[in-house]
Order: sequence, then structure tokens, then C-alpha cells
Amino acid sequence: MKPVHQSSSTSSTTPAASAPEGADRPEVRIQITSNPLYLSGTRELVAGVSRRLGFTEESCSQIALAVDEALANVIRHGYLKAPDKPIWISLYPTKEPGSSGPFGDSCQACSLRIVIEDEARQVDPSVIKSRDLDEIRPGGLGVHIIKSVMDHVEYVKRPAAGMRLTMIKHRSSSSADCAASGSGNGGACCAPANAKDRPHA
Amino acid sequence: MPENANNSAELKVRSEKRDGAVLIIPAGEIDLTSSPTLRVELKRVQADKPARLVIDLSAVPYMDSAGVATLVEAMQAARKSSTKLVLCGMQDKVRSIFEISRLDTVFTIVHDQNAAMGN
Repeated sequence: MKPVHQSSSTSSTTPAASAPEGADRPEVRIQITSNPLYLSGTRELVAGVSRRLGFTEESCSQIALAVDEALANVIRHGYLKAPDKPIWISLYPTKEPGSSGPFGDSCQACSLRIVIEDEARQVDPSVIKSRDLDEIRPGGLGVHIIKSVMDHVEYVKRPAAGMRLTMIKHRSSSSADCAASGSGNGGACCAPANAKDRPHA
Repeated sequence: MPENANNSAELKVRSEKRDGAVLIIPAGEIDLTSSPTLRVELKRVQADKPARLVIDLSAVPYMDSAGVATLVEAMQAARKSSTKLVLCGMQDKVRSIFEISRLDTVFTIVHDQNAAMGN
């Protein structure tokens, strides 16, 4: 895994994935190659960051699973298993006012936005759907799993090349997420329990 | 993408015969990288068409849809050979992906090896 600094360029032959238009600067951004060898380390990183942002163990596992499934889809279907293509993973926590970390920064997140970008072949986002679960067969579960565990999922074509997947997980005010974070604000910053599938602001 | 043991060092799969059944015990994470290791071992033992095949997942802390797909393949092969396939020892994180995929009602899932062996 290569940490990607905002001010540096990458060795990619095409322009590196930049922060999505109009988006804030990511707090964590890494680049991996499309080798499944790096799936384990990436999901550990994402779960670890989610944990420190105040998500429950269950939510951390779900977030890591969604990232794992998304990366696997890029590797298998986007890059057709070529192991040397770039994938960028960016994390954008939405902070909770008033909670302070060791350096005076907010350390609890209301939500976590994860953006996964690639330079793989582009597909019409409208055809990226969950499959019928009544059909018992191996494969094709990745999109269903992602949509089941994340609150907001959006695929778009990147202007230059490849796809961009944006996923958001909220800390629900009725879940243990807020209790786990010790926010003690009655979930004032947290999304309501029925926030699932609600487009983020 | 290489699908060989070099990329799946994290997953170990042990198998043994017990009371007329075959017991498979994977240990480690089962994902896109490691699932081929499990698939190879399942195909090997299923070639003998055992009456009962038990997969003990108690040492599997994580599984993604590639792992689930491997087990669905095994279930389909088991149905063709009239093998009774039973999963046991599932950790909560692993059970969760079966529930999300609505496969928890398709597989026979029991608590532990004892129950899986029909004791």
C-alpha cells in the first residue's frame, strides 16, 4: 500500500484520481495495486480508522466488508484480474463538533464517507445492481452486500477514466455507535436510525 | 490474478475423516485471495462423495462473498452427490454475511462439531 500525499503525484500513466469534485480533502488516502494480496491490509486499515472514529465493532466490520467487496469487484470485473492497476481509497470522516482528539482535533465522526476510484473499464452505473437472492448460485453478491451494510452507495463514471464509488456509513443515534463513542449528546450529530439510503447532505 | 497457494498463506485448511464423515477445518480469513485454497480442498474431498461433509468455521474470523461463493459451490456439488453438507462453529461476523445474503436458511448451520456430526 502506498500512502498518497495530496501534494505528490503518482506513477500512474494517467492522471491520478483526485479528490471528487467539490469534496473536502480526505483525511486518509491510500493507493494500492489491483492485487488481491492487499485486500486484507486495506480492510484492516479501514476497520481500524472506523473504530477510532467511534463506530461500533459491528459497524466497523460492515464498513470493512463493504470496502473489501468493492475492491474485489474492481479487481475482478473492472481490471479483469490484472494485478498491477491502480486503485485509490479515500476516507472522509464527518466530524462531531465538540469532541476533541489528542491534538485538539475532533476524533468522533458522525459519518464516514469512503470513495474508491479506479481507472478500470467504465460501466453504466444504472446496470450495477444487486442480483436476485432467490437464485442460489455462487457469485454476484458483492453489490448486494455493499448496499445492505452501507447507508448510501453511489457509482459514477470518472471524467477521465474508470469508476468512482462513494459509500457513506452513518453513526445511527439509536444504535450503539453513539454509546461506543461516548458522545453523550443524545445523538445530536448522529444520523437518525432511519438514515439508511437517505442521500447525504 | 494468481490463484495459488503463494497468495493464500494466511489460510490453512485441514481435513480428516471421522465416523464416516469428512471434516474440513479452515483456519484464517477467507477472501478473494484465500478462497481458492478452500475450493481446492473441498473439490478434493467431494470427489469421493462422502455421506456427510462438515465444515468447521470456528477458526475463520472473516469471510467475504468470495468465501461464500466457494461454499455455495460446495453445497451444489454436495446436492449432486447426495452428500449432507453441514456448517458449524460460525463466528458472528461470518454468520452476518450469510444472513445478509439470505443464505443462512439455505445451508444447514449448527453450533458445533458435535451437532454437525449428528451426535
